[in-house]
Amino acid sequence: MPAHRRVVAALRDAFLSALVTVGLFGAMIGLKTDVGATSLRLIPRPWAVVIAAAVVFAGRLALLAWRAWRPAGTPSPRRLIALGGRAGRYVAPILLVFAVGLPTFAGRYWLDLGVLVLTYVMLGWGLNIVVGLAGLLDLGYVAFYAVGAYAYALLAQDFGLGFWTCLPLAGLLAACWGVILGFPVLRLRGDYLAIVTLAFGEIIRIVLLNWVSLTNGPNGISDIPRPTLFGLTFSMGGGPGTVAGFFNIEPDISQRVIFLYYVILGLALLTNWVSLRLRRLPLGRAWEALREDEVACRALGINVTTTKLTAFAMGACFGGLAGAFFATRQAFISPESFTFMESASVLAIVVLGGLGSQLGVALAALVMIGGLEVFRDLAEYRMLIFGGALVVMMILRPRGLVSGRTPSVSLGSAREISPDLIAQGRG
Amino acid sequence: MAPLLEVRELTMRFGGLTAIDALTFAAHEGEITAVIGPNGAGKTTVFNCITGFYRPTAGGIALNAPAGGTMMLEHMPGHRIARVARVARTFQNVRLFAGMTVLENLLVAQHNTLMPSVLSGLLAVFGLSGHARAERAAIGRARFWLDAINLTARADDPAGALPYGAQRRLEIARAMCTAPLLLCLDEPAAGLNPRESEELSALLKRIRDGYGDHQGCSILLIEHDMGVVMRISDHIVVLDHGAKISDGSPAQVRADPTVIAAYLGEGEEDSVESLR
Repeated sequence: MPAHRRVVAALRDAFLSALVTVGLFGAMIGLKTDVGATSLRLIPRPWAVVIAAAVVFAGRLALLAWRAWRPAGTPSPRRLIALGGRAGRYVAPILLVFAVGLPTFAGRYWLDLGVLVLTYVMLGWGLNIVVGLAGLLDLGYVAFYAVGAYAYALLAQDFGLGFWTCLPLAGLLAACWGVILGFPVLRLRGDYLAIVTLAFGEIIRIVLLNWVSLTNGPNGISDIPRPTLFGLTFSMGGGPGTVAGFFNIEPDISQRVIFLYYVILGLALLTNWVSLRLRRLPLGRAWEALREDEVACRALGINVTTTKLTAFAMGACFGGLAGAFFATRQAFISPESFTFMESASVLAIVVLGGLGSQLGVALAALVMIGGLEVFRDLAEYRMLIFGGALVVMMILRPRGLVSGRTPSVSLGSAREISPDLIAQGRG
Repeated sequence: MAPLLEVRELTMRFGGLTAIDALTFAAHEGEITAVIGPNGAGKTTVFNCITGFYRPTAGGIALNAPAGGTMMLEHMPGHRIARVARVARTFQNVRLFAGMTVLENLLVAQHNTLMPSVLSGLLAVFGLSGHARAERAAIGRARFWLDAINLTARADDPAGALPYGAQRRLEIARAMCTAPLLLCLDEPAAGLNPRESEELSALLKRIRDGYGDHQGCSILLIEHDMGVVMRISDHIVVLDHGAKISDGSPAQVRADPTVIAAYLGEGEEDSVESLR
């Protein structure tokens, strides 16, 4: 095609894109509602529509120009990302060193954010066992998070047990709930399983909301005890029995934050270690085989029901541990913290990171939770940016940030398995 | 001596459709028993009943273990048939774990020897059971079968990336890794070229007779490739419309006029050609 014809075609394409933008967003950005004296008023903003259309026009034109006149030898974006993947082996150690060293240079705000991100990293890794390895779509993961949180809060309130005693109990209780949920629903597959787990998550929340005599209903439970360091508290008063008194230093609120940070870092790394270890053991291999082909598993003598139950229980257990940590960090919990939105975010982290990939999940949690928090100043636009980023991501990396699979065992050298071969699991 | 597998008056109905009608046959130890018949004769349904994927409407399936003891397969769930009765199977459309390596496929097949219980499986996370030794033995067994099917060089490749013929062989090796008494193969030669089906015949004979550490194992075979069937079978059962129409040695079946009529009636002249 001659050059001028191509220019005309590109211009027409860009113009059509701009037209679509006007049609799609015209009413949404062109009209603004404002509180008037007596009722809502509509304020027209034609310039905003013009800007949006112009941005789309220019962007589309630039994209087409890049495609047509890309200098020879310049790799395509897909290739660039693949190259980035090869550098991936250095990302995990760097992230780990950064995570361990963060408290030495970061302030209170960044540490609090770190705790939040790490909580989601842990939840993501826990859910990754169920969704990523075993291929069971669980939309009610927050239920186990809630069970863990309430287990700790109630045990601490009613029996005066400390955090470190309750932590394993919370994990155990959540695992039990995982099995209780698992028994009736594991005969379901795919979409049906997803719906039932979604309902289970809601049931737990509504029970917590309405069982006022036990859970104090919507008012929640407050004054949940903080964790201690070998019996030493982080009280601001100083004196004997506190960390500050024991080490003879000034009591400071940041000491407790740093301690909480290392606790959740430890818990998250425990989750990671256990899942990595399990992947190399027969149980984990059976989970992955289940995701690949359930019928073949049955023909090989694998008890599909117990294998699915162990995956559910294991995922639930880590959800419960994270829940207990959440309760002790906040010192206050109410059913409002355990809505479907939480399940959806954790699932989004797992899917975005790449099913079954530990590093991908950690990166996705960092981007999703940390990124959203950092861009808080942008108010409502941050969701727009976030949505756009998700769309770009799904075009360039439809199977998540880190989508390959490393074999759990090899005779020679292990080579990564391309994502097109890996089943996503149908429950 | 009682035959290894006895199928008695087996009936399977799906609603109003009778897929298998009072079928009786036996498979003897150390033999290759072929089940043949035109398309839709109910061969795969028989397999699904034997391996616990379907629960038969009526009739019994007995497995007489050489060590003694009889198990009624029609009452057992599928995973126990594979684990306790030691009946392994392959599928008509290959069902490998495509995203796992060849070696991993063979290790998943040894799940039950590697993991005596969930509890010890969880203890192994902390290195608290004799897992490392068991895993080495399992890898050894996997290598044995990889050598047997000539795939050792591709052990670390994903199973889904293998060519079709190799995938078929791998599925047989995976079934053999469960150390079965009876191996049920559903059309193992489908889609193979003549050279590959020649190799398959040799492999099946070796599986039957045993070699190396392998003790030998009986085979129940569904196959359309009459060349393979006639070459390796010790005993042939012919089905048509869910009922047995002939039963005997390859020579007897080949001469049976009802078999020829059944195949001619279905218009499969190629098959008749190879029957003669």
